[in-house]
Amino acid sequence: MERLVPRLREIVGDEHVITHDHQLRTYESDGLLQYAVTPGVVVLPGSAEEVRRVVAACHASDTPFVARGAGSGLSGGALPVEDGVLIALSRLRRVLEVDLDNQRVLVEPGVTNIAVSQAVAPTHFFPPDPSSQIVCTIGGNVAENSGGAHCFKYGFTTNYVTGLELVMPDGELVELGGKECDVPGYDLLGAFVGSEGTLAVATKIWLRVIPKPESVRTLVAFFGTTEQAGEVVSEIVAGGIVPGAIEMMDNLSIRAAEGATNAGYPQDAGAALVVELDGSEAECEARFDQVMEICERAGADSIRVAKEEVERELIWKARKAAFAAMGRIAPNYYVQDSVIPRTRLPEVLRQIDELAREYELQVANVFHAGDGNLHPLVCYDGRKDGEPERAEELAGLIVKVCVDAGGSITGEHGVGVDKKAYMPQMFGEPDLATFQRLRCAFDPDGLANPGKVMPTPRLCGEVPGPYRRHPLEAAGLAERF
Amino acid sequence: LSVAVSSRDELAKALRNAGGPVRFRGGGTKIHWGASVQPAGASVQPAGASVQPATEISTAGLDQIVEHNAGDLTAVLEAGVPLERAQGAFAEAGQMLALDPPDPGGATIGGLVATADSGPLRSRYGGARDLVVGITVALSDGTIAKAGGKVIKNVAGYDLAKLFTGSFGTLGAILDVSVRLHPLPPATATAAAGSTDPEALARAARELSHAQLEHIGLDVRFGGGDGAVLIRFGGAACVEQAEAAAKVAGRAGLHASVVEDDGEVWRLQREGQRSANGTVVRVSSVQTELGSVMTAAARAGARPVGRVPLGICWLRLEDRTPEEAARAVGQLRAELAPSPCVVLDATAEVRGLVDPWPHPHPGALELMRRVKQRFDPAGICNPGVFVGGI
Repeated sequence: MERLVPRLREIVGDEHVITHDHQLRTYESDGLLQYAVTPGVVVLPGSAEEVRRVVAACHASDTPFVARGAGSGLSGGALPVEDGVLIALSRLRRVLEVDLDNQRVLVEPGVTNIAVSQAVAPTHFFPPDPSSQIVCTIGGNVAENSGGAHCFKYGFTTNYVTGLELVMPDGELVELGGKECDVPGYDLLGAFVGSEGTLAVATKIWLRVIPKPESVRTLVAFFGTTEQAGEVVSEIVAGGIVPGAIEMMDNLSIRAAEGATNAGYPQDAGAALVVELDGSEAECEARFDQVMEICERAGADSIRVAKEEVERELIWKARKAAFAAMGRIAPNYYVQDSVIPRTRLPEVLRQIDELAREYELQVANVFHAGDGNLHPLVCYDGRKDGEPERAEELAGLIVKVCVDAGGSITGEHGVGVDKKAYMPQMFGEPDLATFQRLRCAFDPDGLANPGKVMPTPRLCGEVPGPYRRHPLEAAGLAERF
Repeated sequence: LSVAVSSRDELAKALRNAGGPVRFRGGGTKIHWGASVQPAGASVQPAGASVQPATEISTAGLDQIVEHNAGDLTAVLEAGVPLERAQGAFAEAGQMLALDPPDPGGATIGGLVATADSGPLRSRYGGARDLVVGITVALSDGTIAKAGGKVIKNVAGYDLAKLFTGSFGTLGAILDVSVRLHPLPPATATAAAGSTDPEALARAARELSHAQLEHIGLDVRFGGGDGAVLIRFGGAACVEQAEAAAKVAGRAGLHASVVEDDGEVWRLQREGQRSANGTVVRVSSVQTELGSVMTAAARAGARPVGRVPLGICWLRLEDRTPEEAARAVGQLRAELAPSPCVVLDATAEVRGLVDPWPHPHPGALELMRRVKQRFDPAGICNPGVFVGGI
């Protein structure tokens, strides 16, 4: 590190290298505060070329590095490595090209998600819309393959990235894809999106944007129970309707969100279901009546239809504030991100409920109902003896219930450090070893964001060539598989 | 040697025991795609061509629709399931796998994913890469591995389904895939606008692409001095939407009519992507270049069909000698550079004269070689057919 820091200062300038302990601590966690590691040094490059030289310097000194965008991730994916370099990409925030004729935008990784939609407004938009969209960066979205409320209809980040410029872990620049689709060769672009910073650092990103829908209709319906709301979701989907968004909140999250936003959600409702239809006006109208009918038939206590944009924003405000508002229920919470086949919703919610009672903890449920992405929030008080451990255990059991139902440990937050222990629930050793083959093709030295995604540290054998002892191996930090 | 297998384990075992190069066969409808391979021992070997693998493993015995979860709009299909049969099963539940590549008969889901072939629905629903949510593969050392899952939203682990999509069997065998399904539109209607001027068609196509129209297909075609732009809608209000689209085309100076029984129109579009004896070149471009692609195609005497929002065109060259076809491919590449032009259908002679694959960025190609080396270090899986001789 003593030799590396002066080299980093040369590359980016003194003012963009952070070494003071109290300043380093600013970067010790991402959006998941349960984990904290102070990095060896933080460097803030100002251009792709500076990123390339920083990574090359890391490679030359066998130093692990972690790329970080806004640090708003919820899986500890941007957790620093002790004695490693944290590369903060917040200065790479230029929109380099807006080509509306071809529905493409070229951005640097530090550009925020909302800034992409703003750059192509009012005619077009960028569909992935994580709740953190006003702060989270495109680089982070690419790393995590971010979703959001509208991805049931529109898809995820991976469906909108057409090209990337990457700085490989050895400091080489590689271009994948471009403005065009179907660039010949392996779809390394598709393999890179969602790789959580473990393969390379993206320095330029081509995104596809699409025309704004002609019409948007939003309603929120309130029900006595989550079962009723779940039934409505099933009927909507069975009716061939593909809503732009379909979101559910249970009573606990309604109370928290209403307390924080005064959006007018009845505090005694058992479930709130936000349904948004978008598309052509004719199609929207026809389908909207159908949705209203389904809600009424299922016994909705009340239905609120947004008549204008302010009302629509108010409906969404409560939904998007749900996580942040949890502080009103309990001082701390664990958020999970499990996915289930949507038809298993009633039984999975029942099991979560039973577990919560057994553990004497409250679990609030906020979810993307269309695609079965649950966000159970396990509430606890960190000051009470044994409660954090109990909460963590409960959170783990909830994940297991979801995987057993045929689902996934994470739908949009990523594995990071937080969920890597759950990976063996979904993937066996041959699967994990096959993931590692991809990793080794990109990063044979294991320098890019080590310690994330994989449940146990792994190293790459040389292909072909003689065995070489890895520095991490020598230090007893990892073993070869 | 042709090997038939009836289970995933058998396939993995056959692959591990092959002892030399292997290729995988589904329905065989695209088996000739990729770089030239010659039967072992053939007297005339084109320069740089690889030798046809001694072993061919057929996926015909892996033909189970393992799951169709209608309520979840997902399915799990073994690689050898014919696409047509799967679509029939999904249609009974009012659903579809939104992949509609041209199918001369018998195309399997495995072959479709391995080649990443696509059809008109891709403009709306995405391609195989966007609809495959999980995959199980066999590697050349006999490893059976899965990635992704059975739910439509999932970011756990690397997305190896995308890596294998379009990999032409060079990384391993696809054993099964999990796919996302969509509701089958209850009705469809198409607005079709004709013109003899490729540039005018391209202009109208761009107008339609940027209009607030939620179509399920937006194509162009040209040939014999005449062409059309086609936009298709599905759903309860499809005719109204097609009428609205016809007005947009009208503003762009084209006369459009609405076709309600539009199956044949789109069958022809798909057919335009294939040729039994001729040469098909797929051009990856962008919307604003569609006019130049069609003009270049017309000059070369080719018949293009194109997906407007994707900027992809298929150019069909018929009735030429291998030398003429190869020369035409070279000219198109020169004229349309830097848009990548990939040769799909072509005779062995044409493949011997021209590399079907254009050259990727050198850095990207190097990375692809490293991926190949890690997944198939023995170089057994379909060697030589892919980009850069992979």
